[in-house]
Amino acid sequence: MDLSLLLFEQTLNGIQFGVFLFLIAAGLTLVFGIMNLVNLAHGALYMMGAYVGATVFGWSGSFLLAAVAVVPAMMIFGALVERVALRTLYERDHMDQVLATFGLILFFNELVRIVWGPESQPMPIPEALSGHIEILSGVPYPTFRIVIIGVGLAVAAALYVLISRTRLGMLIRAGASNRPMVGALGVNIRLLFTLVFGLGAVLAGLSGVMAGPLLAVEPGMGEDMLVLSFVVIVIGGIGSIRGALVASILVGIVETVGRSILPVMLEAVVSNEAAQTAGPALASMLIYVVMAAVLFFRPEGLFSARTG
Amino acid sequence: MLSKVQITALLFLGVGLLVVPPVTSWLDAPFYVSLFARIMIFAIAVVSLDLILGYGGMVSFGHAAYLGIGAYAVAIPSYYGIDNGYLQLALALGGSALVAFVIGLVSLRTSGLYFIMITLAFTQMLFFLGISLEEYGGDDGINTNRSELLGLDLYDETTFYYLIFGFLVFCLAVSYRLVHSRFGRVIRGIHANEARMQAIGYPTFRYKLAAFVIAGAMCGIAGFLLGNLTEFITPEYMSWFRSGEIMIMVLMGGMGTIFGSVFGALAYISLEEFIPDFLDWFGDGLGQHWPIVLGPLLVVLVLFAKGGLWGLLSRRDK
Repeated sequence: MDLSLLLFEQTLNGIQFGVFLFLIAAGLTLVFGIMNLVNLAHGALYMMGAYVGATVFGWSGSFLLAAVAVVPAMMIFGALVERVALRTLYERDHMDQVLATFGLILFFNELVRIVWGPESQPMPIPEALSGHIEILSGVPYPTFRIVIIGVGLAVAAALYVLISRTRLGMLIRAGASNRPMVGALGVNIRLLFTLVFGLGAVLAGLSGVMAGPLLAVEPGMGEDMLVLSFVVIVIGGIGSIRGALVASILVGIVETVGRSILPVMLEAVVSNEAAQTAGPALASMLIYVVMAAVLFFRPEGLFSARTG
Repeated sequence: MLSKVQITALLFLGVGLLVVPPVTSWLDAPFYVSLFARIMIFAIAVVSLDLILGYGGMVSFGHAAYLGIGAYAVAIPSYYGIDNGYLQLALALGGSALVAFVIGLVSLRTSGLYFIMITLAFTQMLFFLGISLEEYGGDDGINTNRSELLGLDLYDETTFYYLIFGFLVFCLAVSYRLVHSRFGRVIRGIHANEARMQAIGYPTFRYKLAAFVIAGAMCGIAGFLLGNLTEFITPEYMSWFRSGEIMIMVLMGGMGTIFGSVFGALAYISLEEFIPDFLDWFGDGLGQHWPIVLGPLLVVLVLFAKGGLWGLLSRRDK
């Protein structure tokens, strides 16, 4: 295939992967920023979303219904996890939070394995979206991926309105920059935390549902995404939704384009065999190099919630 | 200072570890030799993490990286037919020190949440690097020979066991000396109040970096031994799950307690080993679901076990 066409298509794929990351990272960065909580179990929310979606899809055969059902299900699930397990961790140091939520990951992964079994759950691309659209003449692109990008951008816009135009959003922003002060002003911080966590759970769950047909729905599916979301948050700046959006698109593109283009480009420079060995290795390390570079110049990330 | 109870516990543990090979051969249960060998190897990794985590307050969530580097320092030369243990050990030490230096250089510029996530991300990077190295087994891992070291026959489980014991004692002694040296006091001072240490003229970044490198190199030793023990290396050694486990062992033993590390490793690996058997006792096939018990158990431990096992052994009037 023509290199520029490949590049174009892979960039789109990268944006689409970035959308998954954004939906996970948005909730995670709020939880980090506002509650000052390291939640390793956030990947488990993504996984639960995918499983709830796959189950509803299995019953009803409707992808739309699955996506809609995930919203209340994840809101309740998220609020429950927050109330039962995480609430006691806010006052603990980061180390305790890491280990306790690490324990939660073990629990949720095994729970899923017991309830649904160790094999991956079938979740096909919905029929109505299984076709292709010609975005440029002669360049077909899967409809489903276009829809994902559209939904992701719509959610990002909705989040933007929520965060910057509503009272709840104002409280969230205030909480991210100075939590004790918000509490001192008489805001019910506990309720706010539960709401924010539930919101994060819904976003991660949505990501899981949409990722279901493209990636495998299986136990432990959340972990790779979680680590990538960490990278996103570190690059974007803790507590910043805007940073999460920019960074997740960046990470998505670098990850996807790097994987497909880097080996091809290397092949042009060095011998075929060396390229096949070094290409994938370099590609998988690329985003971490980007992260290190960003941190070297901006240790607080691109957009830090605390510094503006 | 160590309390009397702690010294007694240490003596018991030391003697206990020493008599494992004869007792297990008498009981005809050779499996336990390699189990306790693994516990001692992890104890080395745990004490190395405790140096920076417990004493230095650096919550590194990527300590498994050095375990992996140490193990690959055995496997890769062995792949080319080089089983010289001195060379492999030097590679393990040098490799992990170098990687710790680079990771530390970037990650120590940050603190708190950022530090946790960056150390995790770098280790993840090495994990993926390991997976993409098809030549050395990639995802599937690679078999290796045991090293030739000090003219010993490491294929003899008892000999190898005592070698590990020696390494453990060495690492504990070095750590103990280090923590009670001037350097150790500076590290603890930085943990308590970095700004103040800076104000009285200590280049705190360099001290932290030095501690980070020492911890990485020491964990490289553990990796070297682990590679030899299992004779099989996969990138899994560097997975973040492994890093989390080492952290949990630090917590279970007690943070900032050199000798607690051994108890932490002992407790965690025993749990991991015996929870499945315990569950199987309740019903067939339940054992495979051991994480469902271990997970909540960890949450409870984190919430209620301050000071770890070593803390339990210290006198309350402390």
